[in-house]
Amino acid sequence: MKLKPAYIQKMRPQDILMPGPAGLACKAGGFHIDPVRPVERALITHGHSDHARPGHGAVLATRETLDMMRLRYGENFAGSTQVVAYGEEIRLGDVTATFHPAGHVLGSAQIAVTCKDTRIVASGDYKDARDPTCAPFELVPCDVFITEATFGLPVFRHGDAADEVKKLLTSVRLFPERAHLVGAYSLGKAQRVIALLREAGYDAPIYLHGAMEAITYYYRERGIPLGELKPVRGMKKADLAGTITLAPPSATSDVWTRRFPDPVTAFASGWMRVRARARQGGVELPLVISDHADWDGLTATIAATGAGEIWVTHGQEDALVHWCKTKGLAARPLDLVGYGDEDEGEAAASADEAQRAGEADA
Amino acid sequence: MNRFAELLDRLAYEPGRNNKIRLLVAYFRSTQDPDRGYALAALTGALSFKHAKPGLIRDLITERADPVLFGLSYDYVGDLSETVALMWPKAELPGHNNPPPPTLTEVVTTLRTLGKSALPAQLARWLDELDETGRWALLKLVTGAMRIGISARLAKTAAAALGNKDPHEIELMWPGLSPPYLDLFAWLEGRGDKPVNRDPVPFRPVMLAHAIEDADFAGLDAADFSAEWKWDGIRVQAVSGRDSRGHVQARLYSRTGEDITGSFPDLVPSLHLPGAIDGELLVLRDGRVQSFNVLQQRLNRKVVSPKLTKEFPIHLRAYDLLDDDENDLRELPFVERRARLERFVARLDDPRIDLSPMISFTSWEQLAAARADPKSAGAGDDADAVEGVMLKRRDAPYLPGRPKGPWWKWKRDPHIIDAVLMYAQRGHGKRSSYYSDYTFGVWTRGEAGDELVPVGKAYFGFTDEELLQIDRFVRRNTTEKFGPVRHVVHEPDQGLVMEVAFEGLQRSPRHKSGVAMRFPRVSRLRWDKPPREADRLETLERLLMTMTTN
Repeated sequence: MKLKPAYIQKMRPQDILMPGPAGLACKAGGFHIDPVRPVERALITHGHSDHARPGHGAVLATRETLDMMRLRYGENFAGSTQVVAYGEEIRLGDVTATFHPAGHVLGSAQIAVTCKDTRIVASGDYKDARDPTCAPFELVPCDVFITEATFGLPVFRHGDAADEVKKLLTSVRLFPERAHLVGAYSLGKAQRVIALLREAGYDAPIYLHGAMEAITYYYRERGIPLGELKPVRGMKKADLAGTITLAPPSATSDVWTRRFPDPVTAFASGWMRVRARARQGGVELPLVISDHADWDGLTATIAATGAGEIWVTHGQEDALVHWCKTKGLAARPLDLVGYGDEDEGEAAASADEAQRAGEADA
Repeated sequence: MNRFAELLDRLAYEPGRNNKIRLLVAYFRSTQDPDRGYALAALTGALSFKHAKPGLIRDLITERADPVLFGLSYDYVGDLSETVALMWPKAELPGHNNPPPPTLTEVVTTLRTLGKSALPAQLARWLDELDETGRWALLKLVTGAMRIGISARLAKTAAAALGNKDPHEIELMWPGLSPPYLDLFAWLEGRGDKPVNRDPVPFRPVMLAHAIEDADFAGLDAADFSAEWKWDGIRVQAVSGRDSRGHVQARLYSRTGEDITGSFPDLVPSLHLPGAIDGELLVLRDGRVQSFNVLQQRLNRKVVSPKLTKEFPIHLRAYDLLDDDENDLRELPFVERRARLERFVARLDDPRIDLSPMISFTSWEQLAAARADPKSAGAGDDADAVEGVMLKRRDAPYLPGRPKGPWWKWKRDPHIIDAVLMYAQRGHGKRSSYYSDYTFGVWTRGEAGDELVPVGKAYFGFTDEELLQIDRFVRRNTTEKFGPVRHVVHEPDQGLVMEVAFEGLQRSPRHKSGVAMRFPRVSRLRWDKPPREADRLETLERLLMTMTTN
């Protein structure tokens, strides 16, 4: 038991974590969280490409996140790697870091950084909604909670993803001669949609765009039941009538779609809640399925952490900061750059993979 | 309500006409009376609820939500009904048994009789009971702003498809039908007789023209066509008929079938013979047709005062006759209808109604010359109100809708200038995340040398691809931001030149430049042109001179 005056026990949170040009930096621990530029030591919350970038010296992340980085960037994506299990304590300089499930995608983590008696949780991207493809969000009590604000407006309330999948299946029944093309981010969303389709009783083969294959098969390897999957490559047009294909969002408006019979373009995203957004993308069947917390999820989580101070990053910071203040919480937007405010980074990664899979041609 | 909401939701996203029809037919087939009838009424614009105004909806949400959060949300979503539908707080309903959401019939019939003061509480109750899509549909329905890309014609076509009927048949009986159309659905499903139209002064669906392209002329023979001036007024159908007691009733319809008699009571006495005239509503002063700007001042007035009718004397210029004292003439060829129209107008013998003159021509070259100079080709002093010529096949019957071939419109070439993009504003609705409203300017001599002065705004004319390009340009070349407005770089060597087409020009004290354009749109993007080479205000002023001295 260390006995120190109170002023030393309580650290100022900004002395523990500070936004810098490379991202959120912890000087006392000598690391960055989800850095956007190459750094010596990086703690990575999850595998989406705007959070998990190649070129760092050492990378600490969950096994799944490291595996996904390897799949995307190749074996030499970092100088060295260290697997961190959920709940395991890592001592780094003067601080302790622990990883906790964030419920965002397979392997996603919130990172709790504790220095003396002050704990900051950098939650990365998270959701509190049910997802059969990853560990559920774990609430970590803390002094400062760093929250995303992707859907930080009260118009974003996501509802039950199972109902959206029902909508898709109804459309498949109504238009049996057309192909249904579901745009979904290739890491996480696609596998969740497949798992939800299986839960809804859909047992026909589900087709995959080339860019989806590696990650989806990886999910299956990790024990997520996804049923029968087939590459769409090489299929005859007529044979795709009445089928469902998962593709990266960028592919659904590509000439790639010409191989499908009169395709119905669906898109699974929290953005689909707003009509203008759905229509801009030429989406015909918007499916409101999000891997980010909605407004109710964000506000409930913030309140439940017990944090007295909230830092708000990427998204609709203004509204969430305003809400926090009306609840008597200290809150400020955290000026971090480089995170896709609409999963744009992820969309770009999907497009890259599509290129490599040779699907963006034709 | 939920079934109807699902239908609207799906229709709003479905671009294909045939797929829309399939969605509608599936709905009509699987939905009971009277719900489906009210749905058809909603889709054809046959319902209106006068008390539900956007202001009321706004009040409902501000009572329940933080105004800052509402403001940010509305700015993001860009549509009031949608914003309210999405952020409406979850109801804490007492008891375990939540009331079922209202049916469409319940909503429509309740609203018909509900007083203005009871409306807010009733709407709030329904909003509590419905889900997001249901709330959106309810608000769209009651405010009458559906805008889901379904025309009344398409909804009727789908109804016709339910019973394998020709949509034309429904169009003809439509004015005699009323919601919830039990007789119509009974007939469509083979359970009842064909409904008949008993309205003595029915609206007849209008015939519309296609815009003619240069290439079209090659396949057309001038001898097959008549031509007349295309007047820059308002297309109307003036109908008179005898009611069951033998009294003559008159009604004036817009081209969409809206009853606009109330706005033009001064024309009613002139419609004293039973018949149905297709023509153009104009303002005539001293026998001269006034410009559309003048006519516009008579439109959308709540009260039509004697002063207004005197200052803006209304006139009907007739160009077709659809019915001649209870004879339906629509199957007759145009030349025959025209002959009857001439006799009919002569019998009316009324100063407020005259014939639209024919243009004599024997070749397309001759007609092109007339179009280029209407003044000396017969339009005389009325030439300013001519916006082109109409071509009508001499042997064509009067067909509702826009059949391709029998009628063509050949508009005068628009005026064109090169202007410089100065400010851009985010659009609303579908374009809420795009900079799609542009203020453009031309050069003029200022105190410190040449400067750009704004001369107008345009928000269409460009393709989707061009919109993306301009949006990107705006975001990369913003010099200042004011809320949704961005100042875009506009220097002699830096900036974007837009070719702007417009129909007319008038003096305007409200604009800094002193001129205002009619119907401006972006006709081309001149990425190749440096802003210094854009047009000058003097060019517009010269044009204004020639227009007023004509």
